[in-house]
Amino acid sequence: MTDVVMPQMGESIVEGTLTKWLKKVGDRVERDEPLFEISTDKVDSEIPAPSAGVLAEILVAEGTTVGINTIVGRIGDSAGAAAPAPAPAKAAAPPPPPPPPPPPQPAPIATPVQPPPPGPPAPPAQEDPGPLSPLVRRMAREHGIDLAKITGTGAGGRITKQDVEAHLATRTVPAPAAAPPPPAAVSAPPPLPRVEPARARVEPMSTMRKKIAEHMIFSKRTSAHVTTVHKADMTKVAKLREKSKAEFQARYGFGLTFLPFVARAAAEALRAYPVVNASIDGDNVIYHNEVNLGIAVALDGGNGLIVPVIRRADEMNVVGLQRSIADLAGRARGKQLKPDEVSGGTFSITNFGSFGSIFATPVINQPQVAILGVGAVEKTPVVVEGDAIAIRSIAYLALTFDHRLIDGAMADQFCQKVKSVLENWSGEVL
Amino acid sequence: MRKCELRDLGWMPWRDAFAVQRSLVDQRKQGLIPDQLLIVEHPHVITLGRNACESNVLAAPEVLERMGVAVEPADRGGDVTYHGPGQVVGYPILDLKEWKRDVGAYVRGLEQALIDAIARFGFAGERIAGMTGVWVRGSKVAAIGVHLSRWVTSHGFALNVDTDLSYFRYIVPCGLSRPVTSLRDLGSAAGREQVIQALKDAFARVFDYEILECDRSSLETR
Repeated sequence: MTDVVMPQMGESIVEGTLTKWLKKVGDRVERDEPLFEISTDKVDSEIPAPSAGVLAEILVAEGTTVGINTIVGRIGDSAGAAAPAPAPAKAAAPPPPPPPPPPPQPAPIATPVQPPPPGPPAPPAQEDPGPLSPLVRRMAREHGIDLAKITGTGAGGRITKQDVEAHLATRTVPAPAAAPPPPAAVSAPPPLPRVEPARARVEPMSTMRKKIAEHMIFSKRTSAHVTTVHKADMTKVAKLREKSKAEFQARYGFGLTFLPFVARAAAEALRAYPVVNASIDGDNVIYHNEVNLGIAVALDGGNGLIVPVIRRADEMNVVGLQRSIADLAGRARGKQLKPDEVSGGTFSITNFGSFGSIFATPVINQPQVAILGVGAVEKTPVVVEGDAIAIRSIAYLALTFDHRLIDGAMADQFCQKVKSVLENWSGEVL
Repeated sequence: MRKCELRDLGWMPWRDAFAVQRSLVDQRKQGLIPDQLLIVEHPHVITLGRNACESNVLAAPEVLERMGVAVEPADRGGDVTYHGPGQVVGYPILDLKEWKRDVGAYVRGLEQALIDAIARFGFAGERIAGMTGVWVRGSKVAAIGVHLSRWVTSHGFALNVDTDLSYFRYIVPCGLSRPVTSLRDLGSAAGREQVIQALKDAFARVFDYEILECDRSSLETR
């Protein structure tokens, strides 16, 4: 047997992905004939067979990334399922007969793999399992199998990987109470290893997903996340939006949502409480002079999240904010954002309300110190002045803040400011 | 000094250029020819590398067909890419056994040649760790994808000179949702011939070659 290994493709390269086997187990290969393909750092390489023979085992499946010098397969030295034990004198001899079955077994038939026989010990011929491949040894060790209990079907009665798999398959099936007489099984083929339906699908993460994962964990590790939730009465804003919606669309070519109102209110509150528009740098606090609002945009089909930034958002009115939001969100989904449009944010807003969420606890977008989550605006019966019940458009505003820098009281004052701007909205949009 | 023959194939569909590459790779393996650098410009084509995820082609096949964009599977590393007018595509067919048996060094070498070439037009090309290619200010200006058989290279690089970047909208280039740019987009008026000259010089310096310019006709006579 010759081991086939993941080759060393260069000094700095420590692993490779096996992308394709060009031969199947049992196929004949010539020395230097391409055997499999690997991929490392934008380079695909065909890897030739290290020796001639028959591909006996594939140990690393297509799509798997392994370190260099990992054994990915084995080449046996002759045709046949597995390499035979060296038998120079018996070149033309017929294969040795299978060892005799234990006498008291009623109908052993041709099934070489039996559930462990209950009574009689195995005949001495089976005590020494003969030469074993490292794979078989490993499988036996991992599954706690007594190899003496397995009858090998390989050359010379040798135990193959398939024998172990078949044994494992029978182990999980409860032994029948009485061996049912299998009719006409005299020449039945050896049992095939049981094929399990896939229980999971393994896919590498996309680059974007990896970045998101890193970013999220980094943030959770960095900041002391606390979320405070305030209820905002959006009735005034809802009425204004209802009134202006159609004309807004006609005039500007994009719809009017609640988000620019919240962005406007947040910008005013950030001006009033600059510590929420800050970031931490070591032992220093950086107070940003610009209010650059990150707006979280979900990419279509659950394909990630990107947070483009509206620069100097405090200098914009509702129309300007809505235009920026529509433009950035559209280009984020079309993957047309420029790098400086997703950096430099000083505070973020996430609008999970658009997916029906009432409130959530967002993760801070580092190195910022707070993020405002906007829940769905819903008509709700509320108690109003004079102990009357009225129907109001209510939204929950959830502010996650970094408790290292922002005290709870400060966070709540900030939220009250946002709430107050929204509830006492004055002026027209158009 | 090691010799490398430079062949400018001019305007050639991807599939035809692929056949030329294959033939030259065979001849190179047999030692019949020295190392080669093919330069070519392709009509619109989207090629899928071995690791390509079809979902990185964003447009429907009918749309691509209507736009005159071919889609071809390619036996190179990397994901999906686009080639088209305004791109300088380079296919080095080198026997790395005569240079360094190191795919990492080879890819870094291609990046270096591209960085040096665009430096001549005043651009600071960069590498981004883990994202092979050449980047200027966060946008990808040149893509790399290589195939290796017995240390003989094929495929190579594509540098956007004045490519119509809107065609990249149909794909997620190399599976990365990063912007793509071109020398033209970056503000350069460099023409194709100047860029090829710069690439040729940089390539010769990085890989230590004497470049022999061959014309295309000498291909057919082989």
